[in-house]
Amino acid sequence: MGSGVAVNLENVWIKFGDFVAVRDANVSINGGDFFSFLGPSGCGKTTILRAVSGFLSPSQGRVLIGGKDMAGIGPNRRPTALIFQNLALFPLMKVWENITFSMEVKGASAAERRKRADELLDMIALGGQGDKLPSELSGGQKQRVAIARALCASPDVLLLDEPLSALDLKLRQHMRTELRAIQQRVGITFIYITHDQGEALTMSDNVAVMKAGVIDQIGTGRDVYDLPSTAFVASFVGENNMFRGKILRIDGDSAQVDVAGIGPLVGRISPAASAQLDAGDEAMIFIRPEALAPGEGEAGRTLNATVVNEEFEGNAFTVYLDAGGNAEIRMSLANTGQHRIAERGSRMALHFPAGKAVVVPVGELASE
Amino acid sequence: MKSLNLSRLAFALYLLIFFTYLMGPLLVMSLTAFNSPSFPSASPWECFTFEWFSVLWHDNHIREGIYYSVIIGIGTVVLSVSMGLAASIVLTQIWPRFRSAFYTMIIAPILIPGVVIGISTLVFWDRVGRLLGAGEGSALNGFFHNGLFLTILGQSSFIASYAMLVFVARLQRFDPGLTEAALDLGATHTQAFRKILLPFMRPAIASASVLAFLASFENYNTTTFTIVDYKTLTTVLAQKVRLGIDPSISALAFSIITLTVLAALAVEAFRRHSANRLAARLRGGAAGRLLSGFFRGNVPAVLLVLLSMAVIVTAGVAQRYDPTQCKVAVQAAKKAEIQRRIKALQESRKARESAAPATPAPKAPNANSGAFGNVFAPNNLPGAPGASQTAPAQESPSQKPGNGAFGNVFAPGNLSGASDAPDAAPDSPPARPDNGSGFGNVFDPNNLSGVSGGN
Ligand SMILES: Nc1ncnc2c1ncn2[C@@H]1O[C@H](COP(=O)(O)OP(=O)(O)OP(=O)(O)O)[C@@H](O)[C@H]1O
Ligand SMILES: [Mg+2]
Repeated sequence: MGSGVAVNLENVWIKFGDFVAVRDANVSINGGDFFSFLGPSGCGKTTILRAVSGFLSPSQGRVLIGGKDMAGIGPNRRPTALIFQNLALFPLMKVWENITFSMEVKGASAAERRKRADELLDMIALGGQGDKLPSELSGGQKQRVAIARALCASPDVLLLDEPLSALDLKLRQHMRTELRAIQQRVGITFIYITHDQGEALTMSDNVAVMKAGVIDQIGTGRDVYDLPSTAFVASFVGENNMFRGKILRIDGDSAQVDVAGIGPLVGRISPAASAQLDAGDEAMIFIRPEALAPGEGEAGRTLNATVVNEEFEGNAFTVYLDAGGNAEIRMSLANTGQHRIAERGSRMALHFPAGKAVVVPVGELASE
Repeated sequence: MKSLNLSRLAFALYLLIFFTYLMGPLLVMSLTAFNSPSFPSASPWECFTFEWFSVLWHDNHIREGIYYSVIIGIGTVVLSVSMGLAASIVLTQIWPRFRSAFYTMIIAPILIPGVVIGISTLVFWDRVGRLLGAGEGSALNGFFHNGLFLTILGQSSFIASYAMLVFVARLQRFDPGLTEAALDLGATHTQAFRKILLPFMRPAIASASVLAFLASFENYNTTTFTIVDYKTLTTVLAQKVRLGIDPSISALAFSIITLTVLAALAVEAFRRHSANRLAARLRGGAAGRLLSGFFRGNVPAVLLVLLSMAVIVTAGVAQRYDPTQCKVAVQAAKKAEIQRRIKALQESRKARESAAPATPAPKAPNANSGAFGNVFAPNNLPGAPGASQTAPAQESPSQKPGNGAFGNVFAPGNLSGASDAPDAAPDSPPARPDNGSGFGNVFDPNNLSGVSGGN
């Protein structure tokens, strides 16, 4: 990529009175990237987006678009277009007038606008529906009109605030791929907000995971999924099994944690985490359900547990196990045709491959 | 079943009474506009006439009053709608934090009596004029004491609050995200206001304008203080009521009612029309373009046209219609009735004079007192002592008995209506000789009973 316009947040704080909605955000978004902010409701995603689009100015720090400081530049003079959480289509204007509103305020003639509207309507597969009112469209159609309206302004940066949250599952999945395709076609920077981690992982080049105003981690979808840097990220993005214990030793990018009732387990540790942790500290170790498999493994990558239950999920089985005292363990196994992994109540050994467990400092978990 | 019918009946009765209460006065008022007596009355019905409309039309006071009322109304609409719109936007969009304080402040003028607003407007702008150094007789001074200027300001100070209430109700349903979306798409604040908020507010602006105009048009309390040397319809009407009214006021009321009904029908017709057109559009048809499409499924439009035609036809008829003949007939009937009564009275007097010829006192006064005695207490005919007591007061001018007689004619149940006498005076001379000469019918029993019946 790299052809589009970059967006940078430098030490951005946003406060509402005493309440800190965004705390010291540092984000650099490459031009032409599809960048997502992922976080639970109320964590400050919309607030960051509003700071980028210019509806509120940071209490501290700078917002740069294309390397230019945006302080004092209003939303109507920024090269951004925002797709609102509720779409905010103009209810009294026809679809084509909605789409070309950005041209109308610049004084374009009706014929010019009509022509551009027809092009965009074709692009969003709504050809011939330009004379309807927004209230006469379906949810997915409104969605596409909102996208066309934003694109018509030829923004350098398109900001999308959970635009798919109001849609049902099927339509949402369809719109995901469509959005990604549009982004690749127009090649501009997309900043996408969602609290749906699946959405963030499938569409984004890079993801920032937020929790209560703080950006915990920025990275590619794989980074965030495979090597979460905090307990929150590990528990928010995807399913995870968490074990708590004391660090025995840290050795480069791997750490050994002594988990009560299970024994020592070895996991990867990020440089940031290893800087915060020392031998003897409490830590958390996360292992993905799909990383676990039945059978003995190497020392430090094996645990014993009792089978509690088993669920069939079509493409996979989920096996619930009890490792004594600790929270339940989930193991996900691909459906390869075999039945009944183990008898209920029987004890079995589990192992996981090297590098599939992650050690992070003790922290708050996502409560979902 | 029976009790259900009964409660239904009661409900229907209630509705009837309710609507009679609402519409009755208007109906009676409208009727009086077409009746010929010069005091507004619906009964007795005399002659159907349009003359009060012509009187109204040629009444320069009312015309001027309406003219200034309309000017003031327009000024008030412009001022109070813009003030109300600004206030409502501040209230809902800009400073939501000071909402309650601001709200109280803005709503206060509605709660203050109009009289107080009128006086304080007068005083305030006088002070402002002085502060600005407007001396006696200067142009600026004239401006601050101009009745139109003061009335528009005075009325707007509270009508703006009404307008604001209308706007706030509408604005509460406005999504501020729409303005943000417009800004985000490159619109300036002015463009966002003009292209997004204003179209959204259009229905509210229309209804606030109508409301403001009507409130201004009918305002009296404030206007009577601020109008100074101008006049509005309400002040003219108030003056008229003080000096005595004629049915041209009913004609005005009827015209206003008709206009209101026409306007309401027109609004409803166009509303129905656009609803129909929307429905047609959703069905995919191109209907509604033809004029006939306007009336399809649009009862108010049909009524509107019918009523307008009725008004036009009536106006045309009124040009030709001449109730003179009817009036002459009514006049004649009235005269005849008066004559009849006079005659009856005279005859009753004669009857008494000949019935008591033995009284020693001079004839005429005695006859007078007899007449009065008869009038007051006909059953007490020979009561001489009582009669002679009243005599001295009544006797000195020789016409006085005539007075008494006429009083009897005009207000048969009530002699004290002596003030009616001057009206009837022109009729009395012919009666007088009759009084002096003819004793002829004195003993006619029918005449005598006629008078006592009239009593
Ligand atoms: N104008 C404001 N005044 C005060 N607090 C605000 C304001 N706007 C947002 N907040 C607070 O800031 C926090 C973050 O809000 P924000 O809208 O950014 O959440 P979000 O991450 O977009 O949530 P969601 O996923 O539900 O949209 C919330 O706790 C909210 O209460
Ligand atoms: Mg949000």
